[in-house]
Amino acid sequence: MASRARLVAQGVAIGLVALLFILLAWSLLNDDGGDLAKQANRGDRPTAPDFTLERLDRDGELELSSLRGKAVVLNLWASWCIPCKDEAPYLEQVWRSRRDDGVVVVGLDAKDFRSDARRFADRFDLTFPLVYDGPGHTLDGYNATGFPETFVIDREGRVVAAFAGAVNGEVERARLASAIDEALST
Amino acid sequence: MTRLAGVVVVATLLLAGIAAAAAPPDAADLEAELVCPVCETTLDQSNAPVAERMKAFIRARIAAGASEQEIKDALVAQFGTEVLAKPPEGGFGLLAWLLPLAAVVVGAVVVGLLIRSWSRRRGPPPAADEHLDPQLERLVDEELARFDS
Repeated sequence: MASRARLVAQGVAIGLVALLFILLAWSLLNDDGGDLAKQANRGDRPTAPDFTLERLDRDGELELSSLRGKAVVLNLWASWCIPCKDEAPYLEQVWRSRRDDGVVVVGLDAKDFRSDARRFADRFDLTFPLVYDGPGHTLDGYNATGFPETFVIDREGRVVAAFAGAVNGEVERARLASAIDEALST
Repeated sequence: MTRLAGVVVVATLLLAGIAAAAAPPDAADLEAELVCPVCETTLDQSNAPVAERMKAFIRARIAAGASEQEIKDALVAQFGTEVLAKPPEGGFGLLAWLLPLAAVVVGAVVVGLLIRSWSRRRGPPPAADEHLDPQLERLVDEELARFDS
């Protein structure tokens, strides 16, 4: 009786290990970029994770979902990030030139000191809404791997395109303009 | 005389305590107790830009006379409790301290139960003075006699 129970226990243990191996193999074989950026760039239009964060540029909070009906260019940045410094003036330009079309640029500063972030905004004369997430919890939802990253979100809160790294070259800027048009067209 | 020696000892201990409390916090100690939010290693192990910025912040706050706790609180206010290498000993952070203890206790109970169960399953050892069947004893004696001859 005891040896039968032992056999059953060994069978269950071997079965569990085999199941874990199957799951590992399945996840490796199906790793086609399950993260948000890859889904967006495949055209899947995943829903942008909502957040409510404190404003850096003024008092109060900003809830992403409150911007439904507008196209949102969500830029993840930090003051210590060197490519972010090159990108910031261009994002300000996008905000000023497209805001009347219904485009909102939102800068999400993370893993940073508030004071440094405010100095950065002053230095580059940023006038678009800025929010602060010191611990960087929001980054997990966006599967962000570094700074900067930019997500273009359509009027219904779905991610149309994602940019890992600064949107600085002509090709990337053209892609951003095209993604904004696509986000506005929904 | 004994009373005087006691007073001296107590005064010395008090002065040592006051001196320790008044001493500025050590930057190296703090860097070993705080975590870089980007690379998630302690600050003394990291040279990420934000870690360097945090080290500069710590030194500036020490120079300004801040206590160790004040510096930690200021960094938690910026980066959250994740910045502490050791979880806080209260609230949700208390779980990080209690769960390993609970796991040890549960493990000890499980091991104890298993040992008890195994020792019962074996049954009592054969009695030392147990007699052989007379017929079997006779056969053994005959075999032994034949072996000796």
